[in-house]
Amino acid sequence: MAGPLLLSLKLASVVAMLLLVVGVPAAYWLAFSRWRGKFLVESVVALPLVLPPTVLGFYVLVAMGPRGPLGKLWIAFFGHGLAFTFGGLVLASVLYSLPFTVQPLTAAFESVDRKLLDASAVLGAGKLRTFWRVILPLSIPGVVTAVVLSFAHTMGEFGVVLMVGGNLAGVTRTASITVYDDVQALDYAAANQTALVLLLISFAVLCAVYGMNRRVWKLWPAS
Amino acid sequence: MASELKPGALIARIRASRRNKKSPPFVLDLSVEVPAGITILFGPSGAGKSTLLDCIAGLVRPEEGRIALGEKTLFDAETRVELPPQQRKMGYLFQSAALFPHMSVEENVAYGLDKVPANVRQEQVREILEAFRVEALRARKPGEISGGEGQRVALARSLVTGPRALLLDEPLTGLDAGLKSAIVDDLRAWNAAKRIPILYVTHSREEVDALGERVIALENGRVVSSGAPMDVLDAPRRKRLAQAAGFENLLAGTVLDLREADGVMRVRLGETACEIEVPLGYAAVGNRVRVAIRAGDILLATEEPRGLSARNVIAGQITLLERRGTMVIARVNCGVMFLAHITPGAVRSLELTAGRKVWLVLKTHSCHAVD
Repeated sequence: MAGPLLLSLKLASVVAMLLLVVGVPAAYWLAFSRWRGKFLVESVVALPLVLPPTVLGFYVLVAMGPRGPLGKLWIAFFGHGLAFTFGGLVLASVLYSLPFTVQPLTAAFESVDRKLLDASAVLGAGKLRTFWRVILPLSIPGVVTAVVLSFAHTMGEFGVVLMVGGNLAGVTRTASITVYDDVQALDYAAANQTALVLLLISFAVLCAVYGMNRRVWKLWPAS
Repeated sequence: MASELKPGALIARIRASRRNKKSPPFVLDLSVEVPAGITILFGPSGAGKSTLLDCIAGLVRPEEGRIALGEKTLFDAETRVELPPQQRKMGYLFQSAALFPHMSVEENVAYGLDKVPANVRQEQVREILEAFRVEALRARKPGEISGGEGQRVALARSLVTGPRALLLDEPLTGLDAGLKSAIVDDLRAWNAAKRIPILYVTHSREEVDALGERVIALENGRVVSSGAPMDVLDAPRRKRLAQAAGFENLLAGTVLDLREADGVMRVRLGETACEIEVPLGYAAVGNRVRVAIRAGDILLATEEPRGLSARNVIAGQITLLERRGTMVIARVNCGVMFLAHITPGAVRSLELTAGRKVWLVLKTHSCHAVD
């Protein structure tokens, strides 16, 4: 049980961090761009919410395969394929959990009072400084929500992992897959053990978010 | 083209429009020149006052025109110059103080000084907090101080950076009278010391009287008049401006005759027999005009007064007395309805009641013909 669980935790941590790096600029653009075609990007980002994981997994698998554009590029750089590796799993998970990072961040950035941004600009701050000193600190609850949701969502994903990762022990066999395997093998005791741990981790993580958000709001009263 | 300017003056000759689905398109089309000192931007809401400030600060982009501060061009549509707000060196005080809620008062004030060495910065912040008497609030967050304190901190935050011009958008709205006059004093002291162009938006007559060296009256996106406060506000040319400046009485009338030698004309109010003498205006006999009179400029008498220099004495009857704070508003029917402001003491000593016959006394120069 420990191996798959550690793998799940590792995957979720890596994905959550990567998503923060990708998601912050994306959310900033979505929150402040005045481009008319913005809804197109918003729709693409939200796609994983409604798409069956197998469909997303299928396309990612095809793209990562040795004949797919991504697969070819990867092989050219690293000498081996991307499908059925941990790296492939990370890539697919980043796509799959993208809306869980980008949407809370966008909402948080948009809710910062525009007068504060005007005030910052007039006081001599450029866009970057305004972002670091004003927008980001006032969006901390949104950042926490984004990280935790993408972490928890990646912990629990199943369909995409199965499609892209296969089921290789120690490489791509995550905890959620183990549960499925154990049930298939009628080993309900083992399945229950893993399932219970996943349940407890998810619950603890969500408690941390909701508890912390309340405290953060209290520290920074809206004025 | 360029007019002769004193160094450091702010000029804006711009056209900017604002569109949204709810209201008809609004166009700001004007030319203003703001020399060092306090200039009041006055006008009804929706006149474009805040839009003008936003254009000067760089928060709104005009379609045409040029904005310059002294020698420096901030915006020029023709040569495609557009400095971003952070390079314009403006102080801008919003109606909502717009303090950063996650920073202490001290951090807020230090925000614009990031390029100054830390020890100099600390010293400057300390000095300005003391100058504005808010040093005790240093460690507090904006959510923990009052509105008046917040506005004062915001003013300190704008001024500590040493702006080349200062824009204030109704900064005292919603504050009580004592706080207002304290902040007005701070601002006047600062103005006396630094002499930079200060553009101050308000529609409060009190603030105009307390601060104004010059007034620019704006209406519907255009400058309707400018000059000394008395010239601009006490002889209003337009009805809306008259209302904004606190002329409670605005009465329709017809010009009866012009007495040019005396500098006056006689106006009959409405369809009544009521005639008053007003200063000569741009009007001909038979023209319809409006007469604007402040309620505070009207005297009430319980007997027909004699031996007065005031030329207008009108008989009427009190229909209603209404107490408003320390003031009583009297409605007097003279064929047309007049509003007069009197003190509660006067009501008592003259034993004024509704139904009482009174005479209104108006100086000729308290009556303003408005076209």
